Amino acid sequence: MFRASQFEKIRTVAVILISLLLTFLIIAIISKDPVGTIMIFLFEPINSVAHIGNVIEMSIPLMFTGLSVVLLFRTNLFNLGAEGLFYFSGIVASTIAIHATLSSWLHPGVAIFAGAVTGALLSAIPGYFKAKWNVNELVSSLMFNSILFGVGLYLLNYKLRDTQAFINASYKFQKTALLDNIIPGTRIHTGLILALLCIFAVHYYMYKTKWGYELRMTGSNRAFAEYSGINTTKVIITVHLIAGFLAGMGGSVEVLGMYSRFQWTSLPGYGMDGALVALLAKNNPLSVIGASLFLAYIRIGADLMARMSDVPSEMISIVQAVIILLISAEQFLKFWKTRMLLKEAGIRD
Amino acid sequence: MESTPLLEMRNITKVYPNGVVANSNVNFSLDEGEIHAIVGENGAGKSTLMKMIFGMEEPSEGEMLLAGQKVRFMSPQDAIDNGIGMVHQHFMLVPSFTVVQNIILGMEPTKGININYKEAVRLTEELSKKYNLAIDPLAKVEELSVGMKQKVEILKVLIRGAKILILDEPTAVLTPQETEELFRELKALKREGHTIVFISHKLKEVKEICDRITIMRAGKTEGVHETALVSEQEISRLMVGRDVVLKYDKGTREPGAAVLRVDNLSYKNEDGKPLLRNIGFTIREGEIVGIAGVEGNGQAELVNALTGNLPDAQGTVAVGEHTILGHSIKQIRDVGVSYIPEDRMRQGVAKDASISDNLMSMFYRMKAWNKGLTLNKKKIIQFSEEQIERYKVRCKGPAQPIGMLSGGNMQKVVVARECEADPKLLIAEQPTRGVDIGAAQLIHQRLLEMREDGCAILLLSADLNEILEVSDSLLVMYNGQFVAYYPDVRQVTEEDLGFAMLGLNVQSEAEVRRAIHV
Amino acid sequence: MTNFFNILFSTDFAFSVLRVMTPILFAALGALISNKAGIVNIGLEGTMLVSALTGVIVSAYTGSAWIGLLLAVLAGVMIAALLGFFTLKFKTHIILGGIAVNMFASGGTVFILYLVSGDKGASTSLKSMTLPSLHIPLLQDIPVLGPILSGHNVLTYVSLLCVAGLYYMLAKTPLGLQIRSVGENPQAAQSVGVRVNRIQFISLLISGFFAALGGAYMSMGYLSLFTRDMTAGRGWIGIAAEAVGRSTTIGTFLSSMLFGAADALANALQVLKIPAELVGTTPYVVTVIGLVVYAVTEVKMKKRKLAKTKASRS
Repeated sequence: MFRASQFEKIRTVAVILISLLLTFLIIAIISKDPVGTIMIFLFEPINSVAHIGNVIEMSIPLMFTGLSVVLLFRTNLFNLGAEGLFYFSGIVASTIAIHATLSSWLHPGVAIFAGAVTGALLSAIPGYFKAKWNVNELVSSLMFNSILFGVGLYLLNYKLRDTQAFINASYKFQKTALLDNIIPGTRIHTGLILALLCIFAVHYYMYKTKWGYELRMTGSNRAFAEYSGINTTKVIITVHLIAGFLAGMGGSVEVLGMYSRFQWTSLPGYGMDGALVALLAKNNPLSVIGASLFLAYIRIGADLMARMSDVPSEMISIVQAVIILLISAEQFLKFWKTRMLLKEAGIRD
Repeated sequence: MESTPLLEMRNITKVYPNGVVANSNVNFSLDEGEIHAIVGENGAGKSTLMKMIFGMEEPSEGEMLLAGQKVRFMSPQDAIDNGIGMVHQHFMLVPSFTVVQNIILGMEPTKGININYKEAVRLTEELSKKYNLAIDPLAKVEELSVGMKQKVEILKVLIRGAKILILDEPTAVLTPQETEELFRELKALKREGHTIVFISHKLKEVKEICDRITIMRAGKTEGVHETALVSEQEISRLMVGRDVVLKYDKGTREPGAAVLRVDNLSYKNEDGKPLLRNIGFTIREGEIVGIAGVEGNGQAELVNALTGNLPDAQGTVAVGEHTILGHSIKQIRDVGVSYIPEDRMRQGVAKDASISDNLMSMFYRMKAWNKGLTLNKKKIIQFSEEQIERYKVRCKGPAQPIGMLSGGNMQKVVVARECEADPKLLIAEQPTRGVDIGAAQLIHQRLLEMREDGCAILLLSADLNEILEVSDSLLVMYNGQFVAYYPDVRQVTEEDLGFAMLGLNVQSEAEVRRAIHV
Repeated sequence: MTNFFNILFSTDFAFSVLRVMTPILFAALGALISNKAGIVNIGLEGTMLVSALTGVIVSAYTGSAWIGLLLAVLAGVMIAALLGFFTLKFKTHIILGGIAVNMFASGGTVFILYLVSGDKGASTSLKSMTLPSLHIPLLQDIPVLGPILSGHNVLTYVSLLCVAGLYYMLAKTPLGLQIRSVGENPQAAQSVGVRVNRIQFISLLISGFFAALGGAYMSMGYLSLFTRDMTAGRGWIGIAAEAVGRSTTIGTFLSSMLFGAADALANALQVLKIPAELVGTTPYVVTVIGLVVYAVTEVKMKKRKLAKTKASRS
């Protein structure tokens, strides 16, 4: 019936269906008007231009961090440092947005570039440690998340804070630094174009260039890569640089595209969401678009549902957790895959 | 007087899911109280047979009888419960634990909620005294010598009530003194009524300690013999004889200039044991030099030295006028060396990547394969399709993940890649191991074509047929050095070769040094 | 400056170190036991949150802090069991499983709190109970030591007992030996019939148990309510402490104390105008430095060993 090679796609769809069913189940138990609430969750995000805009604008930071994590996972590196890089680069971009005086062409460009480069350099530190001394990149990247958060928060509270603002936030960004709106009636900003460009660039890099080839071989079998003469140490550091660049760009873009001041006093969580996006996208850069939109869709759906019905939006965290658990469970539905493989090979006993 | 054998394997066949027939109608019978050797080359099927006895694998066909009763082991625990214990070749010990902790792991004597170490030590010492296996129960395993570690492994097995002990290549890592001690221990075990299965390819030792020998070759048993009634020469003849004789019409080819020069190559491992002793030979253009030998006699180290993986080796290794000893594999490849590795799953392929991905690893850097920054996809596909056609790789196309192919087809891809790189020197390590006969033939023919085109080829193989049919000249490696050199392989008999491989009838140094051509 | 030292060497400070260190120590012990069995549980933060919430809700509805504690522990162990089930049976990668736990807890606890009490983000309407503090007779009268050691929440003393208990279990009991063998050489363990999956599952449960105690302490001892994300990174600091403690019980205890001191110090240093945000990063910086130092020394040791054998031959 189905070909074994399509198995992975089928499994992803199965997981998504299960997660949606779980959502419906929770809503059904809690809401006084289950059907109505489910309808809101499913369809409200596309019910108006503004809402569609919300979905798209939310998907932008997810595309950046998702892309960043895809690169790392593809190289068989378990680095979860996108979270801290995203935050700290946001601070860097904010500083330039607040203090520098540049034309409205250059201002955002410089700020974003500075944020991205900061992300790249900071990311290279755990990358270097891993490549040179085999320091576990998972722990070091997690530590860096907290370190960068602490330093970033310090800078916010002591150097950038606008004491006259009502909330704990930085000074206002200069108008020239903000990203332009590209679709009227929504808040979608030029960051979307940047995100899509990055996705296509990474796709091109990974599948059409020799460096991408080296990355994929290093991730698939490091011994084979070494044996083929690939300098895997260089590859690991390079991947860390690019992934950090993307995470940093994501933070900078989000800050300048959606806000007029820097106001995160806790880590916004986009880094871990990036891991979820990467999983849904099966480590494929182009699929990051769809995965980000899907995640953004269900988040906005949950938000709208919270506003318009009696179910709080935080339930989506439960659904997200289930998605992660199922989608990375290799044995989930594996018996079915094995059966299909055997059938195809002509062995059926 | 007929007595039931303690253990019997009848008509055992084992076929692995990838199609490899590891054991074919094997018959093995073990009498109580004997030391019984299973000898055979690597790939002969002894490890598979042993895995089935120990419950690590199940037979595809055939039956197993223990003391006359049919049994089926589904896990090592079943075998242990039935009194069978295995001392693995690579020790399974927890380094930071003491001897006694390793021995009682999983069956700890307790006093309340604690481990009763006093009792554990007592049991260990009792056992140790009984079998004359002197060890210090409180020593940390990581600090023990190899011989001592083996004693711990034996005690581990005995304390769980093993009546039958399987020892897998036990002397592979021992010094001569430790080997002597092991033999004394085995004799003590025999006196105490235990039965021992001794798996080895070291014939001298087998002759010294074992009562009977079962010989295995190419997945079949070649007979059981009383050790006293059979000579080493006869055993070796049975072990290394050939089944299928593939004949190739090689034609003569005059070798050209020297390509690979190895001189005075030596290497000692961490413990100071010399693994390569004064290796010296040359390979010329259009020449296939074969190196025969039982695995574990230095071949792996020799190949490592040639492929940039033995930084502490000493001596000279050069290709043309470029030294390659101590250089990286990339530098070595850049000088014109290709390498078909023995362990294709670990190094030779990236199994989740496509066939074309695996083919292009030698070419992707070249100008002709890139259009500016982009890889030339057309060229990649074209090249892949050409090679699939030429090497008759059975697959669904260049995009198929290589892991889905059979062993033989995967190997063809590896050979294609390494040969099409047009090397000056090709190192082929066990190139047809685990490969079906059709693929093996194709690979051999390709090697002969390369030779015709002037490539210098180094062929290392444990497969006698391959070595004798494909090589022009032949070196035999034993215990880290060359013990024989045959300039013309057509004048070598299987018998001579078998003896040399087992360290019998060695040539003089002068004879061996003829392998170096200036 | 004298002000600073006055604070640092006061018994109040030492008292606060023990108080602040408790959740970190629990998390670190959770990281320790799972690492000993060879699995990395990064879902500690989430487990703590779930237990914190459970304790608050149950104690509010039953009027008993102890029942609240009991169910909080049960909740933590169940989360660990779920993680273990997915990791060992369905082969979910343990790291991703940990991320899932954290994600679930972060939003899920707020969600469940709202469902149960209508509170959004903080359990203000719930009359949750707190666990008692113990003023130990005789001990409290000893000068200097008394004010430092007496008067802590019962869970603080429990945490110290847990250190001793875990040390004992690992060093002296069969389970401890098997856990260590699975973590160090799973093949060796399997070859003698130790069931690796079962042992790893048990370790995860114990890990959840410790994390649960840490979470319960947060909402029923350190503070007396539940707030969104109240663990504030203590799970991560616990992981860091275990890493710096080189996976030994004593080392983990000491580094937890060190990091607890850093946390307590952050407040004291406000006096000197050193910002708490920066001081808060010290545990993580120390961990990174520690990891690098360990890795570099390992590489150097290997090189030295090789050079030694070379020299002895020549």
